Amino acid sequence: MATFGTLSDRLADTFKNLRTRGKLTASDVDGTVREIRRALLDADVALEVVKTFTGAVRERALGDEVNKALNPAQQVVQIVNEELVGILGGQQRRLEFAKNPPTVIMLAGLQGAGKTTLAGKLALHLKGEGHTPILVASDLQRPNAVNQLQVVAEQAGVAVYAPEPGNGVGDPVKVAKDGVAFAKQKQHDVVIVDTAGRLGVDAELMKQAADIRRAVDPDEVLFVIDAMIGQDAVATARAFQEGVDFTGVVLSKLDGDARGGAALSVASITGRPIIFASTGEKLTEFEPFHPDRMASRILDLGDILTLIEQAQGAFDEDEARKVAEKFATDSFTLDDFLQQMQQLKKMGSLKGMLGMLPGARGMRDQLDNFDEREIVRTEAIIQSMTPAERATPRLLNGSRRVRIARGSGMTVTDVNQLVQRFEQASKMMKTVAKGGMPQIPGMGPIPGGAGGRSRKAVKGKGKAGSKSGNPAKRAAENAAVAAGPAPTTAGGSSFGLGKGAAEPSAEDLATIQRMLGKG
Amino acid sequence: MFTKPTIDETTWEDLEDELLRADFGPDITEQLIEQLREQVERYRTTDPKDLQRMLRETIEERLAKHDPTLRLTERPSVILVVGVNGVGKTTTIGKFAKFLAGYRRSVVVGAADTFRAAAVEQLATWAERAGATVVRPEQQGQDPAAVAYQTVELAKRENFDVAIVDTAGRLQNKNGLMHELDKIRRVIQKQAPIAEVLLVLDATTGQNGLAQAEAFIEHAGVTGLVVTKLDGSAKGGFVLAVQERTGIPIKLLGQGEGIGDLTGFTPHAFAAQLVG
Ligand SMILES: Nc1nc2c(ncn2[C@@H]2O[C@H](COP(=O)(O)OP(=O)(O)OP(=O)(O)O)[C@@H](O)[C@H]2O)c(=O)[nH]1
Ligand SMILES: [Mg+2]
Repeated sequence: MATFGTLSDRLADTFKNLRTRGKLTASDVDGTVREIRRALLDADVALEVVKTFTGAVRERALGDEVNKALNPAQQVVQIVNEELVGILGGQQRRLEFAKNPPTVIMLAGLQGAGKTTLAGKLALHLKGEGHTPILVASDLQRPNAVNQLQVVAEQAGVAVYAPEPGNGVGDPVKVAKDGVAFAKQKQHDVVIVDTAGRLGVDAELMKQAADIRRAVDPDEVLFVIDAMIGQDAVATARAFQEGVDFTGVVLSKLDGDARGGAALSVASITGRPIIFASTGEKLTEFEPFHPDRMASRILDLGDILTLIEQAQGAFDEDEARKVAEKFATDSFTLDDFLQQMQQLKKMGSLKGMLGMLPGARGMRDQLDNFDEREIVRTEAIIQSMTPAERATPRLLNGSRRVRIARGSGMTVTDVNQLVQRFEQASKMMKTVAKGGMPQIPGMGPIPGGAGGRSRKAVKGKGKAGSKSGNPAKRAAENAAVAAGPAPTTAGGSSFGLGKGAAEPSAEDLATIQRMLGKG
Repeated sequence: MFTKPTIDETTWEDLEDELLRADFGPDITEQLIEQLREQVERYRTTDPKDLQRMLRETIEERLAKHDPTLRLTERPSVILVVGVNGVGKTTTIGKFAKFLAGYRRSVVVGAADTFRAAAVEQLATWAERAGATVVRPEQQGQDPAAVAYQTVELAKRENFDVAIVDTAGRLQNKNGLMHELDKIRRVIQKQAPIAEVLLVLDATTGQNGLAQAEAFIEHAGVTGLVVTKLDGSAKGGFVLAVQERTGIPIKLLGQGEGIGDLTGFTPHAFAAQLVG
């Protein structure tokens, strides 16, 4: 959304002036902390969380612990990122199962948070892991919530216990209790109890939720909260914590463009881990929650890791493993490049994947114009190379390039560009494969991305000043500038995806395009 | 904050915190504080009670810049209800149908949410409670535009006063689904002008509400806002920014799950509820 500057945009702006300076001054820090505060508020982070958060960032930024290898912008990003991950919980938490089945999972939350849909998703997910879940219809309040749960159960292919019609008829506490007994009798190993949505201020209904909890003695109580919630997250999360004392949180509607302040607020205020993310209306759109990825979403570095995993998911499993190994061991060849390029054609969810790139939302229309002929051109060039050349691109001297150009009906420039693209792609992917973060234009590499694994990638890049410390990248940027704004762009294989940009500038579009074969 | 003997720096800090907690957002909060500081200066007051009154009046004034009246003069008056998932569209339609019935208006509702499980049944239950007629899809997953079409067609043929079309919830960043709204509108407009397109906003929403409004205005031609779930602890302050930035007036308020929990929008009452 154009109206909301992202946190990383703002940090980049604030630091434009002082990027060449080595140390943060108190006034630098104050200015930046103000920006962070505002960006967090725009992202709907709860005010009290914002206050503690900015306090901690300020203190650390002024302390001596700052990493001398980083420029000021990087230092702050590192601190902010570490604090975010700290609040969100560093480790991903899994569901706790009962020693003696059935495991009872109770869902609770506000009206419209997405509990019923989540019940179906969770059931489907557990079924996929070999469990035999049953859904229990204890939302007897909202019109036709019982029907909805029945339909969802059918879609997930799981059992449902729904003895009451609902719409105000029936006792939800009794249904929940009987549901667990029924599950035991029928040997279901997991029971998921759907409950009516209720407001934190509704004492009567909160008591009912507590009664349900007492009646079924759940192993997990999951608090489902809409990712778009605002400051009310505080009051609501507290009310549910007091009312039913949930054990974990599920963030729903994360496929929207909310910046995820709710996640930070709830995690910070209640100290309860976020276990799952609900990311769409289909029952399969559900995933374990990764705190580090949420941190980068809030910072708007893009959900690069998820993206890469998805890209790989679309590939053959073995293929993916081989490629990952190749990246790690530097043996990635032009043949592999070609193969991945061809896989790209098969991938259905290009748009979804690109949507996860920071600021790439505006690119959807251009994506519609994705031109597969570019892949054909790439194919032609690579196929005109000898096996030795494909395996060892370093062999490609001038005369070989002329030969290849002639053989494929392209120009030498085309061949040069392809080789350059390949080199960029493999370099970028290598960084990612080793756990580093790709670069942010104008800011250098971002440290501490995935639990601080990326120190290595950062060292030696301390000095800034020029647009990019990486000569290949600088050249590419210049080329992009020369090429002017990109009219269309191509999709993203794992090549284009390593790029973490604060905004999809013409430059970024051109880069992605270039990597995918548009000269 | 308003019970202290005099206005001092902490009063302003507390006020800022309160406004932020009410989801006014950092921009509007800053503006309001500035406006109020000016007024406090101008009237040379130190009494927090004055400040409270000024705050209420300032907000009321800003909220009152737009006309909250529903335009329901045509016959049939076609109303399209849109919004993100779970905000209260279907419930609002149930309440609104009942409200209209109270004014002896005949109402037909169209179940054009053909996507979500049991959405049609949910609307049908509400229609029954409100004494309204319901048009259902002929089969699960039918094109929502077709249901909308049939609803308006029935309203014309049988002389209903009002036709209200429910739609599936959709997140504003889903382009395909947003375009579907364009289509529903076009199809309706072939038969009758649309009197109101109501965007339902959940009061618990934060600043994302602005993004929702912008996208739905672009795709659905929103003419009025409905704010729901005001019976909870959320204040819904973001709607001030929505109304000011988009010029689309707030028209209805939802305050509970009961069929009677719907009221028209009055800036005075809303401002009072926002700031106490
Ligand atoms: N407390 C309260 N709950 C409300 C209000 N309006 C709606 N709800 C509840 O919010 C939940 C969602 O309402 P729906 O009417 O199904 O929302 P919707 O927008 O039609 O949802 P989808 O069609 O699934 O997108 C239900 O549990 C409603 O009872 C309100 O004003 N106050
Ligand atoms: Mg609905």
